[in-house]
Amino acid sequence: MIQYTIRRLLLAIPVILGILIVTFALSRMIPGEPCKAMLGEKATAQVCELFTKQYGLDKPIPVQFGIFMGKMLQGDFGESIRFSRPVTLILVERLPTTIELGSFALLIACVIGIPAGILSALKRNSPLDVAVMVISNIGVSMPVYWLGLMLAYTFALVFKDTFLWLPPTGRLTAGITSIPFYAAWHLPVVSGTLGQGILQFFSNFIIFNSIITGDWKVLIDSIRHLILPAMALGTIPMAIIARMTRSSMLEVLKQDYVRTARAKGLQKNMVILKHALRNAMLPIVTIIGLEVGVLFAGALLTETIFGLSGVGRILYEAITARDYPIIQAFTVVIATGYVFINLLVDLSYVFIDPRIRLE
Amino acid sequence: MAVNSSTINSNTIKDYRSNSLWRLTLRRIMRQRSAIIGMVILAFLLFVAIFADLLAPYDPYQVLIGVEDVDKRQAPCIYLLGCPKDQPQHIMGTDGNVRDQFSRIIFGTRISLFVGFSTVGVAIIIGTLLGAIAGYAGGWLDNLIMRFLDVLLAFPSLLLAITIVSVLGKGLQNALLAIAIVSIPSYARVVRASVLSVKETAYVSASKALGGNHAHILFGRILPNAIAPLIVRGTLGIGTAILDAAALSFIGLGAQPPMAEWGTMLGTERNQLFTAPHLVFYPGIAIMLTVLSFNLLGDGLRDAIDPRLRSAE
Repeated sequence: MIQYTIRRLLLAIPVILGILIVTFALSRMIPGEPCKAMLGEKATAQVCELFTKQYGLDKPIPVQFGIFMGKMLQGDFGESIRFSRPVTLILVERLPTTIELGSFALLIACVIGIPAGILSALKRNSPLDVAVMVISNIGVSMPVYWLGLMLAYTFALVFKDTFLWLPPTGRLTAGITSIPFYAAWHLPVVSGTLGQGILQFFSNFIIFNSIITGDWKVLIDSIRHLILPAMALGTIPMAIIARMTRSSMLEVLKQDYVRTARAKGLQKNMVILKHALRNAMLPIVTIIGLEVGVLFAGALLTETIFGLSGVGRILYEAITARDYPIIQAFTVVIATGYVFINLLVDLSYVFIDPRIRLE
Repeated sequence: MAVNSSTINSNTIKDYRSNSLWRLTLRRIMRQRSAIIGMVILAFLLFVAIFADLLAPYDPYQVLIGVEDVDKRQAPCIYLLGCPKDQPQHIMGTDGNVRDQFSRIIFGTRISLFVGFSTVGVAIIIGTLLGAIAGYAGGWLDNLIMRFLDVLLAFPSLLLAITIVSVLGKGLQNALLAIAIVSIPSYARVVRASVLSVKETAYVSASKALGGNHAHILFGRILPNAIAPLIVRGTLGIGTAILDAAALSFIGLGAQPPMAEWGTMLGTERNQLFTAPHLVFYPGIAIMLTVLSFNLLGDGLRDAIDPRLRSAE
């Protein structure tokens, strides 16, 4: 197991190297002078010369790539042109919101998608099955951003002044602020240090931060703000998970051991949950891992619509402003995260199915 | 006796024809409910796209200020639903530039179908070539091509498309190119798998022994095996391509205004959600219906012609 993990980690290195090469190549394929592309058409020759020197653009391409890679590996993603701040700092601020949104969306997707798929498989061809399949077919065909806008319209306008009302924008209501746990606990933290950066990163998970500091007002408010975007973001994965669960369960329910378990007098629910579902889990977990990538891309659209200041929204702003360091850094971070999540999925096979020996 | 044998012969030929592969496949497809629904919706959309000029009551780009007594972002007015007859009829209302929304939706069908077919077409051609070469040649070439495609697959597809377009510059053409590039790996993999599975079979060896050149063996003997899974994946891929292209247009990277593209229409009016919801509602419905038709058709085709893929999805 440990050996396998190490081998898989080593195998991930060429893929990450590939990601870096592709990202680097893309950033060098920007048509026209990089200086003018980044600073605007009005940049003078002098400014351009300074810029070219500063970013090492006068060096040969392989050297440039070496510098680029060395910096990336140290977590130095350069400085954002638009915000004039280190990209790493922006990541520390913004990434937690996106992770919270994505996890919440995935939670909704699994909690609804898996049971729906199981019920659908058990009652094959029943009206329930048809309904689940029709809804999931519509679910995968819907544009995320459109669903988000429709949800915002329904819950913020149609249900206005009812208990169903949900806020359509922002992470917290104006006036409510989340106090970082290290500040609430009066930890002696020196600002600007690596330690503070790490603590700040974790405190930006507002749900997590409010739970450990016991700030229930912030907790409820932040969850209410996440419901609509998470519903919008979670719908496509939900539909895909429901379909996968259904087909995987149908496959497993046909197996002899399921019949044997029933024949020896085990409760039906017990057989479904312990014998069938566990064996049907493998493809479901695989598809969940693949959906994480879809979630990241979807977060860009959802965050823009719901005014959440996560990675996706700033990426959107960076694209419109042609802020390449941000685009480059976020692409690398997201793609690397995606690679590692799928590595975790592969490793989780062992726990789901003990027959699998990872050698 | 001679007459008798010729009758038998023609009978056998007739039987053989009625059970040909294509006819059998068609019959199996017609048994799939989802495929039929998908085909009906798609036929409707194709009809709308082809006859857009006749169906649309207005020019989709015509600004109606001074032409008619309408305001911008006017709510839908349908005579049948009790809209007063002295007002001009706009069944989906007007947009922010006082253009007829219904006509724009109709013309949008053309763009979306074109987007779907062209991107997937390009991706299939390049993907097939890469996959076929990788599978047939094997060795280091196979490794090189497949590892490169693996790296492309390591990116979430829409994110990679966004990055590519932000480098190439915005516009529908670049968006289409980006979507085509990110969907190449999945087609290449399908083709490579088919090539590998039949490369060592007896009929391929026979073709080799008969002195067939590489191109003949690859394109004449091996690749026809990849057609079924390619059709299935391509149909499902069209849905994804349309969805991704609309998303790129929505964030302003794809089709540019004033083009009557559904994603662009949604993107330009999204801030009017609370004041003019019809401008957001209809383009989304149009996108969903189009993507749904390809998804249903693809699912049906998969179940009908390639049952092996059913558990893979």
